[in-house]
Formats: sequence, structure tokens, C-alpha cells
Amino acid sequence: MLIELDDIVKIYQVGTEKVGALQGVSVKIVENEYLAIMGPSGSGKSTLMNILGCLDTPTSGKYRFDNDLVSEMNDDQLAEIRNREIGFVFQTFNLLPRATALHNVELPLIYNGTPASKRKKIAQQALEMVGLADRMHHKPNELSGGQRQRVAIARALVNKPKIILADEPTGNLDTRTGEEIMEIFEEIHEQGNTIILVTHEEYIAEHTNRIVRLRDGKIERDESV
Amino acid sequence: MRLLIDFWEGIKIAFQALSANKMRSFLTTLGIVIGITTVIGIHSIIQGLNKSFYTSISALGSDTLYIGKFSWLSRTDWLEARNRKDITLEREGRAIKEYATLVKAVAPTVSAQRTVKYESEKLKNVQVTGTTEDYAVTSNVVPEYGRMLTKQDVDHRRNLCVIGWEVADKLFKNKNPLGRRILIGGYKFRVIGILEKRGSFLGHNLDTEVIIPIGLFQKLYGSRRWLTIEVKIADPALIEEAKDELTGILRRVRKVDPRKENDFAINQQDMIADLYKRLTTALYAVAFGVGSIALIVGGIGIMNIMLVSVTERTREIGIRKAIGARNRDILWQFLIEALAVSSLGGVIGIIVGFVLAKIVASATFLSATVSPISVIIGILFISLVGIFFGIFPAYKAAKLDPIHALRYE
Repeated sequence: MLIELDDIVKIYQVGTEKVGALQGVSVKIVENEYLAIMGPSGSGKSTLMNILGCLDTPTSGKYRFDNDLVSEMNDDQLAEIRNREIGFVFQTFNLLPRATALHNVELPLIYNGTPASKRKKIAQQALEMVGLADRMHHKPNELSGGQRQRVAIARALVNKPKIILADEPTGNLDTRTGEEIMEIFEEIHEQGNTIILVTHEEYIAEHTNRIVRLRDGKIERDESV
Repeated sequence: MRLLIDFWEGIKIAFQALSANKMRSFLTTLGIVIGITTVIGIHSIIQGLNKSFYTSISALGSDTLYIGKFSWLSRTDWLEARNRKDITLEREGRAIKEYATLVKAVAPTVSAQRTVKYESEKLKNVQVTGTTEDYAVTSNVVPEYGRMLTKQDVDHRRNLCVIGWEVADKLFKNKNPLGRRILIGGYKFRVIGILEKRGSFLGHNLDTEVIIPIGLFQKLYGSRRWLTIEVKIADPALIEEAKDELTGILRRVRKVDPRKENDFAINQQDMIADLYKRLTTALYAVAFGVGSIALIVGGIGIMNIMLVSVTERTREIGIRKAIGARNRDILWQFLIEALAVSSLGGVIGIIVGFVLAKIVASATFLSATVSPISVIIGILFISLVGIFFGIFPAYKAAKLDPIHALRYE
């Protein structure tokens, strides 16, 4: 079992009120699954993604990642998991604006101490994989939206993580470019990667093999497609 | 186990961030520049001053005492001192020579400023010293060419003189001065010796001196001049005993009432050194004060700009954290940035300070030296400022919640 969520509860304190963003979510994800998390805004899908991505810890419940108990980890350990095991792809790309495509892709390698000489090579390979070999030395503002997202995917892949976590990856792209990006995800999936997609678009979710629907902090439906 | 991200990587990130805001970075460093410039500038001038001071004060000799009506240090009662009995050759000079046992040489001296001429060449404000043959011992003056005055020259008040290195150089150019006649304050003298080069002492040129027999000096230029008796101690270890002995002799011949204080002064090099130390200590205190204030102001500027920078780059921090930067990596990144700003200011400050000191030195008689120690201390100080004022913004950055940071617009 790659991911095991067991009765995850997340409560936020908003002013004096307590808001239950997640109210007992249990999910199991095995390797090489391609799954979408869907739900209207306020359903808790962002919170679930943050917890899956080890950016946040649950208020209660157990989260096992590759048999490690993530829900008990400290900040440094979480950072290490994020660095080695999780590749993030965001709706707004989240690239460093002043750095070149190559440097952006190198970043995760910097934080796990890969020597500079190796870093460049690995990053170049990752960029070649997403078809950006000729755009390596461009900065994000010199790239199109689709190209930026491909840089972000290369960055997510560069450490060979166990899962790719994509939060509305096509949300800021036109339909055609969005389709291109989805094709890349499919390729990645075929190579044996596990992908978790957060989206609210049915046609995007249709690319996946399993859809987990959230409503009011609970799983409404969990179905294979 | 990796402790921190690559050091060079951190420096690279810092300089990229700084060069993205060149004007801001430059203005931020100004406070540091001013602080370090002040400290390095004053320090190097004092260092230069020290060097020339201690070389020239050593020319005075630590084992030479200067007996006169005035104390070099007393600022009080100048009028009282002026009305004291004169120190004379016949009374005090003779008494010391006769009774002092702990001294090696005694040389009474009188001096005046006179114009010295040779043919058409003229040199103004030359210090003419009337003294005896023992002046060579008490003042460490050695003729480089020719000879010093002898006892016979002094006793017979011969019209002979020993001239300083610069007097010889300026009046005679390439000619050999020995045996030639010069006019000192209108009177003819024959040059018998030329002193070796001695340099200057606190801006006073020691090489424009002319030495003549004391008796002749008093006859030609008047005898009612303040006399200083230079006394060379036989054994430097017995300097206090020698002073006591001299005090006894002087009080006796000057008939000082046992209930009254000395009406003369025994001066020595240490007194100048002490005075000098007090002056430079005060200067150091001023430099340190001004420098510290500027550094604190500069440091606050750095802290301020770092806080702005952390806020501006909240999203960047979120991205870095999402892809695996630990809190200490972020802390390190911003700390290096603060250090980079302060060191940049520091390096500029050191260079500007040194250049300023050189300019001051070339415009005045002061000299300037920058010791490696002062540079090291400066850099250490700057680093402390960088760390001290950088740690809070860096800590704030490190503690940011990655989720909120990622959503920050």
C-alpha cells in the first residue's frame, strides 16, 4: 500500500469558530494508480491535497505513506518526504520568476544535496522528457502557459518521486494546451508513476482511472472509471 | 545527513536576490558603509600616527630627562611657572654636572628660530640649538659626515656649527658643505659636521636643526632664554632614583623652601607617550561611538529591508518549502542574504575608509596604514551586524506556513 489515510480529521480555527474541513476521510491508494479528487469548493479537497502532499498535518487520524506514519512527523521530516517522494504541479505553475527553466527544475535537487555537476544533467533530462530541451535557459515570463506547466512537471519529476500531486494543473490553460498537459500525465502514468489529480472539471477527471468525490469534508463517492 | 543546502548555492541565491533590487540593496548598505568607513578611516590614521609617533619618540630616548621651568603636561599655572627662577647654565647646569652620580651626560640647551644663508640660498625658521658636546649623547645626534662639536669648541665659543641633513641638502645642493661658511641669523659659522637624517617628530622637522656652542649662542642671541638641561641617565633601570637625585640637587641650588613644591620640572618621553595615549584613546572612543551608531542604524536598515524582502517573497518561500526546503534552509538563505548586504557595505566601507585615510594623510603630516588586524576586526564586526539584524527576518521566513505562503498574492 502506497498511501493509507485512516479517519483523517482536519479542524481549522477561524476566529472563534472551529471549521471541520475534513471530517473522517479514509482512502487507500496503491502504486501506479491514476486518481482524481473532485468536489465543489469548500468540500475539503484542497485540505485533503495539502495533507496528502505533506504540507499540512491532520488534527487526528493516521496517514501512512509507504508504511511511514506521516501524521506524526516533524517539519524537517515532512520537508524530506516532500522533497523525495512527492512532486507538486500547481494551477499557477509556481515557478521562481527570476530563475531559468533549468534552475527551476534543479531546485528540488539542491535541497537534497545532489552535487552541482550531477544536478544540471538530471534537470536537463527531465526537461527533455517534457519536450523543452530548447527552452532550458528561458525564464518563466519568456515561456507560454503550457510551457511553464511543463517546466513545473519536469520539476515534479526530477527527484523520481513516488507520487505526482497535481492541483488543477489545467486550470490556467486553454483547452488545447490543457489536453497536451493531460497527455504528458498519461505518459507519466504509463511509465509506472502514481498520480493524484485535484480538479473540478469532469472532462479532466475522465482521464483518470478512479474518482474520489468529496462533499462537506467527507467522501461522497469513490469509484473506478 | 545534509545539514544545510550548498553554501555556494546560498550565496548565489542571495546575490541574485540582491541584484534584482540593485538600488535598494545599495541604499541599504550605505549605513554600514558609513560606519565602517569611520572606524577604518580613523583607525588607519591613528595607526599611521602611532607608527610615526613611536619611531620619532624613540629618538628622544626613554632614558633622557629634560629639566626646565615648564612641565610638558601641566596646563595649570602657566603664569606661575613663567615667573619661576630661570634655569641657568652657571647654577643648575654646573650643580648637576658636579653632584649627580646617576647620570651619563648633561647637556644644557637653548634654542631659537633663525634664518640660515649660504651664498644666495636661504632657509627660514631653522631651529638653532646652543648646547655642548654632550648633546650628541643626550639627544642621540650623530654626525654622518664631519664631526660633532668638541669640549674645546664649546669652551672657546668657536664659530662652528653642525647642520641637520635637510639644511645641508637645501643650502648646498650637491656641494660638500664641510668647511664652508654660512650665516646663521646674520653671524658667520663654519660647518664642521652634518647630522644623519632623523625624520620628523609630530610634524616638527628634526632635520632642519643647526647646533652651535652654547656660550656663543648666549653671546650672540641673548642669554635670557629658557634653558633646558638634557640629562642622559647612566642606567635606565634607575630612572626614578636619578629623578630623585636630580630633584634633590635642584631644590638645594634653587633654595626651594622644604614646604613648597618644586619650582622646576623634570620631563621625560613617557609623559608625551602618556598624553598621546590619552588623546588617541579619546579619538578611538569617538570613532567607535560614531561607527557603532552608524552600524546600528545600518543594521536596522538591513533588518527593515529583509522584512520587506521576506514579505515580497512569501510565495517563493512557499514554493521552496513545497519542493523540500526545510526551515533551516530558508533561514540560511535569508541569513546569507543579510550577511551579503552587510559584507558588501563592509567591503565598500573598508575601501572608502582606507582611501579617505590616504587622502587625509597626503594632505597633512599624518600618515595612514591599514593593518590586517583592523580589516579582520572590521569584517568580523560586519558579520555580527549581519547576523544580529538578519536573524529575525530569516527566522520569520523560515517559520512561514507553506500552505499560506503558496497562496500568498
